Amino acid sequence: MSSVVETRAQEGRRFSITPFFQALVRDIRRHSVLYLMALPGILYFLIFRYYPMYGAIIAFKDYRVLDGFNGSPWVGFKHFQAIFSSPFFYNVLTNTLLISIYKLIFGLPVAVIFALLLNEVRVAWFKRSVQTITYLPHFLSWVVIFGVLLTTLSPSTGLVNKAIVASGGQPINFMTDPKWFRSVLVVSDIWKDLGWGTIIYLAALAGISPSLYEAAAVDGATRFQRIVYITLPSIVPVIVLVTLLRIGNLLSAGFEQVFVLYNPAVYSVADIIDTWVYRQGIQGFQFSVAAAVGLFKGVVGTVLLVTANWAAKKWAGTGIW
Amino acid sequence: MMRSMGFGEKAFDVGVWIILALVTLAVILPLWYLIMISLTPFEIWTRTGGSLFVPPAQWTFEGYKQLLSSARLPRAFGISVFITTVGTALNLIATTLLAYPLSKKEFKLRQPLLLAVLFTTLFSGGLVPTYLVVRQLNLTNTYWSLMLPNLISAFNLLVMKAFFQNLPDEIEEAARIDGASDWQVLWQIVLPLSKPILATVGLFYAVAHWNSFFDAILYISNTEMHPLQVVLRSILSAGNINEYVNPDAAIMPQETLRMAAVVLTTLPLLFVYPLLQKHFTAGTLLGSVKE
Repeated sequence: MSSVVETRAQEGRRFSITPFFQALVRDIRRHSVLYLMALPGILYFLIFRYYPMYGAIIAFKDYRVLDGFNGSPWVGFKHFQAIFSSPFFYNVLTNTLLISIYKLIFGLPVAVIFALLLNEVRVAWFKRSVQTITYLPHFLSWVVIFGVLLTTLSPSTGLVNKAIVASGGQPINFMTDPKWFRSVLVVSDIWKDLGWGTIIYLAALAGISPSLYEAAAVDGATRFQRIVYITLPSIVPVIVLVTLLRIGNLLSAGFEQVFVLYNPAVYSVADIIDTWVYRQGIQGFQFSVAAAVGLFKGVVGTVLLVTANWAAKKWAGTGIW
Repeated sequence: MMRSMGFGEKAFDVGVWIILALVTLAVILPLWYLIMISLTPFEIWTRTGGSLFVPPAQWTFEGYKQLLSSARLPRAFGISVFITTVGTALNLIATTLLAYPLSKKEFKLRQPLLLAVLFTTLFSGGLVPTYLVVRQLNLTNTYWSLMLPNLISAFNLLVMKAFFQNLPDEIEEAARIDGASDWQVLWQIVLPLSKPILATVGLFYAVAHWNSFFDAILYISNTEMHPLQVVLRSILSAGNINEYVNPDAAIMPQETLRMAAVVLTTLPLLFVYPLLQKHFTAGTLLGSVKE
């Protein structure tokens, strides 16, 4: 009898040894309302963000629906071996990287130049109109843009092909031609976010002191020289930051865009990691194989992002965290 | 600035204007063409196969009429309106309720929770495990599956937390001295002061709901429950879209019907666009993510 009491007392003491929990219990008593408020959000993150992370263990299992995450049998690295020895995987990986890199090297300079030009406009109504119109496509869904592309690029009635035919060329079937489809992805991505992408630069440009420009003007610098020697250098840190962020997301080539726009005729050039995971995993019921590819993407993506952030802090003096 | 109106300066300005005007035109022309096609009657379509300018006298709204009097599209429209309104309300409630405690220094779990939230922006379980969780919870083929899995965006949460943190402490302290509880402070003091951020975050959540396509493909197999974007995608890729309009309606060019469907899907967005625009200032959104 007395030993039971002793054990309890010991347990109690062991519990109270941890000062954090002691303080936590006191804090919960004192600010119970704050904890109550946070509860739904905490539950959300646990159920829909952290539980799937735990569920990613099925990459090392043969997932069976009835057995769930825990009950399915372990198989070690079987799925990873299968993936890395499959030519499909390398095709998908190549597509993902190519599409991401094209978007980066074409999209980024376009946004920077567009921001620099906007910054040169002194007439408010003109600047405002250009911004209003070019920001709009950012808010359109990819399905709507699919409609835009269908009409604009249609081989028979599209604006682009009408222009091609009028200048003596042959109409091109942009949406189903593997030679052209990646260009469609890159250009439509630029079209959608050209305006919106300038916001981050315009914010940095607004912070440049006007006295710099005045001094340069007094010294006889031309407008172009002022852009090259004053404006551009002042947004270099932002450019570096954006580039590194994009590098961190290299393995996400724009899932929703590709998923809405692609079709079997262009799978060979457009199938990216995410679309492959969806088709194999969800549609093909190969949950474990697809989860393994997803986990590969998640881990590599995290490493890239952390490295990019470290590099941004080192070279641009500013990171994401 | 005495040299600023020289010839070179003027030529430079003209050049900048021309380039910007051309870019703007490149953005607007495809949209304009799409709207024109949605208004093109049959005779003009067969003659021109789409034209950048259809005289207003010849415009026909028959495509819109047929789509709106059919069964499929209005139903999907209603579903999207429902998901957008209810979903955004839930987003805002959950985000606010978590952001407020996270903005309080005295909240003991603040630091660990912030780290946990940040970690989710870095790493996720992936598509398949998330799908399996939603399925295990029996949420597939319910509208919950379109609202709960994205209940809180980490980005919006951090934006809101930063806004709460920047509110002057004195107001809250004064209320507390008067005996207000945490609950009353949030409801009667903080929220009325936070209307701008609630509007911004709410609009971004709403646009995301309205445009959401893949979640419905993933979680909802019952076509009766499909939201607008999914139905629009099938209208756009269907070989023959007559099943989407009344069988006894006048024959319209397929392209006209398709583009009318695109315009109908975009219309609500155009209405909120001026509101969105007020919150375009990058500062409110970007600077706040950092601690």
